[in-house]
Amino acid sequence: MMSSQKFKILMVAVALVALAYIVPHSSSFVVLLATRALVFAILAMSLDILLGFTGLPSLGQAAYFGVGAYLTAILATKFHVGLGWDFWLVVIYGMLIGAALAALFGLFAIRATGVYFLMITLALGQCVWGLAYRWNSLTGGDNGISVTARPTFGLDLTNERTFFFLVFGFFLFTLISLYVLVQSPFGRSLAGIRERELRMQILGYNTWLHKYIAFVIAGAFGGLSGVLWAHTNGLVSPETVVLTTSVDALLMVVLGGAGTLVGGVIGSVIVFGLREYLSTLVPWWQYVLGGVYVLTILYLPTGLMGIPARIRQARGSSDKSTKSATPEKLVPTPS
Amino acid sequence: MTGTLRRRLLSMLLGGIVLGLGMNASARAEELRIGFIAPMTGIFAQIGKDMVNGFQMYLDEHKGKLGGADVKFVVEDNQGKGDAAVTKAKKLVLSDKAQMFIGGLLASTGYALAPVSNEEKTLYIPSIPAADDLTQRQISKYPYVFRTTWTSSQPHHPLGKWACEQGHKKIVTIAADYAFGYEVVGGFQKAFEDCGGKIIQKLWPRLGEKDFGPYIPQIKSDADAVFSLMVGPMALQFPKQLRQSGFKKPILGGGTSYDEFILPFMGDFAIGDVSALQYSAAIQTPKNEAFVKTYRANYGKVPSYYSEANYTTAQLIDEAMKKSGGKYPGAEKFIAIMSNIKLDAVRGPVHFEDRNPVQNIYIKKVEKKKMFGYPKAELWNVVIKTYPNVSQYWTYGKEKFLKQPVYDKNYPPCKYCE
Repeated sequence: MMSSQKFKILMVAVALVALAYIVPHSSSFVVLLATRALVFAILAMSLDILLGFTGLPSLGQAAYFGVGAYLTAILATKFHVGLGWDFWLVVIYGMLIGAALAALFGLFAIRATGVYFLMITLALGQCVWGLAYRWNSLTGGDNGISVTARPTFGLDLTNERTFFFLVFGFFLFTLISLYVLVQSPFGRSLAGIRERELRMQILGYNTWLHKYIAFVIAGAFGGLSGVLWAHTNGLVSPETVVLTTSVDALLMVVLGGAGTLVGGVIGSVIVFGLREYLSTLVPWWQYVLGGVYVLTILYLPTGLMGIPARIRQARGSSDKSTKSATPEKLVPTPS
Repeated sequence: MTGTLRRRLLSMLLGGIVLGLGMNASARAEELRIGFIAPMTGIFAQIGKDMVNGFQMYLDEHKGKLGGADVKFVVEDNQGKGDAAVTKAKKLVLSDKAQMFIGGLLASTGYALAPVSNEEKTLYIPSIPAADDLTQRQISKYPYVFRTTWTSSQPHHPLGKWACEQGHKKIVTIAADYAFGYEVVGGFQKAFEDCGGKIIQKLWPRLGEKDFGPYIPQIKSDADAVFSLMVGPMALQFPKQLRQSGFKKPILGGGTSYDEFILPFMGDFAIGDVSALQYSAAIQTPKNEAFVKTYRANYGKVPSYYSEANYTTAQLIDEAMKKSGGKYPGAEKFIAIMSNIKLDAVRGPVHFEDRNPVQNIYIKKVEKKKMFGYPKAELWNVVIKTYPNVSQYWTYGKEKFLKQPVYDKNYPPCKYCE
């Protein structure tokens, strides 16, 4: 068991090193897409803490993404904060505001489960969208806010490759922190809540508090991805917080495999690859994306990360069937 | 068709293979690479088609050449979204090595793309996005933006003056609740009130609203007329529901409330409504008649301003390329050349001031009649008055105009509202 876990970690590490090596040597458009995919991967991983590890399907993750992004944009354009070394402060502010909003929303949402949780998070997420859309003086309304300058602190972040490495760093930070989190006793108790909440309550766990803390942590990392998005995209508009961003994040997690962390990354890469790259080649890319979603949900309910297990299972069962088939052959059939 | 499909499939396969390496379009000499961004999927897909058709028609008429250079015309779909537009614009510049990119639909897309033109030092022509400040208060912020069609408030200053001259005293405005709506209403209100009229109420249904039941009863009964700014399907619903409610007074509209994109789908209820824009398909000039006939023969519909705008954009690039000897001289020089061109466009004479057109604004009335020899009586935006040489600053003068803030939900303030 432990060795398979180590093997998995090794595989992920190899894949990440390969990513960090290949992307900067690709064309600038690929670098751009990879940066975007990584930012969304952070968002997807934060959602995976809720969906995959705690069993809470949230449709409001874009809210934390949005406040992080708006905070960065407003600080940068109105107060010129976060364009130098204080960028790191903004990163912390972004995580704090994401966490604070989640702490507020969690009070309403955590009581519900399943579809009700989905609906409440959706409604709360739309509240943030509504604010972004209507609060013209602060958010620029429908026009949004253009963040034209990237922070400078020793590094030249206007260079897309340098910026990619910055985002990659944050991505690694998120991946490792969340991995440590889910491996911790706290993370195990979240999995326990996912499997059977009642049992955990009987065992004496305060499941509400556990879920609430998970919700707040997911909000913090959602805020972090928002901060990065503001500088990646250079534009923060109500589109950033709209429902489809939440849905995208949810689909990325489901596509890659919920409860795996890395699944969200794979989902994000595939969604960005199809949506932004395939769409430059063919007009019917949406059918491909739709088809991938449908096929995954029909045949791979555990997502793409479930493929190895599937193969192992199939091999196992075929091994069994050959084993069981051989003795039969040895038995002489009476005729 | 199968040929292109196969080529596309092949290019997709190849694209997949060399994804890591990236594809780069090798550039031949004397080639002009133009990127075009329009919504080709999603709710605005039909408008996107009109935009591309307009540009494509000019290219087809000139055998794919502008000013002697072979044009490589790459269309990218932004799904009507600003975020996607940014990615696509970068793709056009980085991968396709586009020398300029054109398009976008919503004002928000214009604001999203303008910073890209800065980062990539590439010419951006927002042929449709009309956000006022791109060429007004923020003009120095975006030196690579050159606008070929309009600013939101440009046609509505004259409309405000016209409405006042018709003897309207009190008007209620009802407009989609977003930046474009604010700028259109702002322009109308400013000119109308400067001439002595009063805006007595402003209503703001959300963008995309289709049920005006909650708004229509609110309209104050002492108003002489209603000014509406609707976009897309809203434009079909609003006048219909207002007339059905028994409203008999005149309805005025912003450009997009009655443009040719929606006019064919409007019923007779729209007859008599007045709007303003820099283009009408019913302009009685030989040039426009030819344009309408060719466009309709090619694409089966009357051209909307979305088509004319991009047709004229292609024409402007053509003229500018001719002046630069068929070679693209770089964004700064190209903008300088374009700024000095006087265009004999389909919409009428056009010249440029502060990277924005100065042109005729047409006050148009919806009428049902036969035009240009078409056999059936149809709805047309018949021009009833032309204001020549209208700039984005109207008659206020640049200095004075730019001193006031950009039109907003609360600017100009509604002095006569209660």
